[in-house]
Amino acid sequence: MSGRYLLRRFGLILYTLLVVSVIVFGITQVLPADAAVMLMGENATPEQLAALRARLGLDDAVWVQYLHWLGGVVRGDFGVSMTSGLDVLPTIVESLSRSLLLAVLSILLMLVVALPLGILAAVRRGGAVDIGLGLVSYLGVSFPEFVTATLGILLFADLLGWLPATGYVPLLEDPVQAVRHLVLPVATVSLILIAHVSRMVRSEVVDALHTDYVRAARLKGLPEGLVLRRHALRNALLPTITIVALDVGYVLGGIIVVEEIFAIPGIGRQLIVAVQNRDLPMIQAAALVLAATYCVMNLLADLTYAALDKRIQYG
Amino acid sequence: MVELLHRLVRSPQGAIGLSLVVLVLLLALFGPALAPHNPEALGVLRRYKPPSVDHWLGTDQLGRDILSRLLVGARATVLLALLATLLGTLAGAVLGTASAFLGGKADEAIMRTVDAVMALPSLLMSLLIVSAMGRGAENAVLAIAITFTPGMARITRSVALAVRRQDYVNAAVARGEGALYIVIREMLPNVVAPIVVEMSIRVAFAVMLFATLSFLGLGAQPPSSEWGLMVSEARRFMHLSPWMILWPSIAIALVAVGFNLLGDGLRDALNPRT
Repeated sequence: MSGRYLLRRFGLILYTLLVVSVIVFGITQVLPADAAVMLMGENATPEQLAALRARLGLDDAVWVQYLHWLGGVVRGDFGVSMTSGLDVLPTIVESLSRSLLLAVLSILLMLVVALPLGILAAVRRGGAVDIGLGLVSYLGVSFPEFVTATLGILLFADLLGWLPATGYVPLLEDPVQAVRHLVLPVATVSLILIAHVSRMVRSEVVDALHTDYVRAARLKGLPEGLVLRRHALRNALLPTITIVALDVGYVLGGIIVVEEIFAIPGIGRQLIVAVQNRDLPMIQAAALVLAATYCVMNLLADLTYAALDKRIQYG
Repeated sequence: MVELLHRLVRSPQGAIGLSLVVLVLLLALFGPALAPHNPEALGVLRRYKPPSVDHWLGTDQLGRDILSRLLVGARATVLLALLATLLGTLAGAVLGTASAFLGGKADEAIMRTVDAVMALPSLLMSLLIVSAMGRGAENAVLAIAITFTPGMARITRSVALAVRRQDYVNAAVARGEGALYIVIREMLPNVVAPIVVEMSIRVAFAVMLFATLSFLGLGAQPPSSEWGLMVSEARRFMHLSPWMILWPSIAIALVAVGFNLLGDGLRDALNPRT
């Protein structure tokens, strides 16, 4: 990993975020809402509205407004929420922390389930686990999160009464209740990931088991378990990192839906509420932060991959 | 074409996927004619009924027949998702081919921008577009089409570049064929196959995305019987009748399974070497 490669990657991320900011700003400009009317209410006089527009710079050319907004964003100033009147940044940071907890737990659960499942299916190719996994993963990727979540609530909260239906409890306040409230959301987000990643892991391991170095290891008389651990898995699991990183996009989309359904005050719910209220600064900040999270995850995955695989030399 | 169909039906995925998709398309086309009841007919005395001989799938909170609503809603859900995928594929194909054709700096610029746009998760992207254009089924279709465009552009470009380097294209160039002939007779047939595979998997995704948007109140609007909207409305009456949630959920999943299977089956059928 050379310095030049790192520099190029950071350059690409900056370009990505710039494009994303143009898209987000452009889209929110099209929104049929007059920010001045939103802030002052319907009863404001035309003079008051004109004065506010001038103060907010709403009469400037679009690109001047964009640069002004971008300048604020770079300095950590995302503006003021149009509904609450509070600074956007603290709200975003607070809700992002809740969303990240949900995302990290979902990815961990996915790894714990999908890796062993995929490896087992590959080793016992054509066996019961393999066929079962094939069927279940088709079903898994075919249930949108809102369906899984709704059916989960129906079964575990409504019919069986094992888990609370919706709501959020901070982890530090009451750990037991917090975990009980997190079970269904985390399971929902990770289900589609488990279905996808376990199938990828299976095909990577199947490929690795058919390589020459695995045959050589077998021929020199190594026990099968050692062949698997020391030779096949080391190579097969590397590409999994990239797959997981790309799936972070699904995780972020899933989180938006799941937070809305389970009433978790995270960044996804913040975004949906902002969309419903046409709260432009909040929409812009939430969308930008979600996109940035995705970029950073992908960069981390690439760097991890390069650090683990000595054959890869990014020039 | 006949041979392809033959190979497709020989694999279990292809056979099940194809029959599911054909069944769903038939239901979407003839659904309103097949519906046993008027999907809008209210009935105060038959609300929240479980499945029965008269109402096979039961009735909802207003006493409407769920089976009839599902059959009519198939159009809103499946055909609009198909349309969105088609639009997105066309736009992506044009952009991707143009990028591959232009090459050099323009290609690099287009592709880096496509990558950047893809950093927005697809649900977020379509959510933003719908919120800008206003809620509604037509806008949701456009939003999904725009969301799919960069991904399809990327795939079309890579396929077009790979095909351009093939020997049969070089041979045609060496024979002195015209550019138009090469693009249409030699390149296009080989570019179409991978795009069709990608498309059929994307339809599954479009159905799920469209239903999700409707579920969030941004896609199809009441009194439409779009399936995502049906799940969303049924949530409030969960404790009165679980059937209302169950049926549209199963319908969405079945359609998605069908198109996923068909996509995988097509991929195997088009690559006979494996």
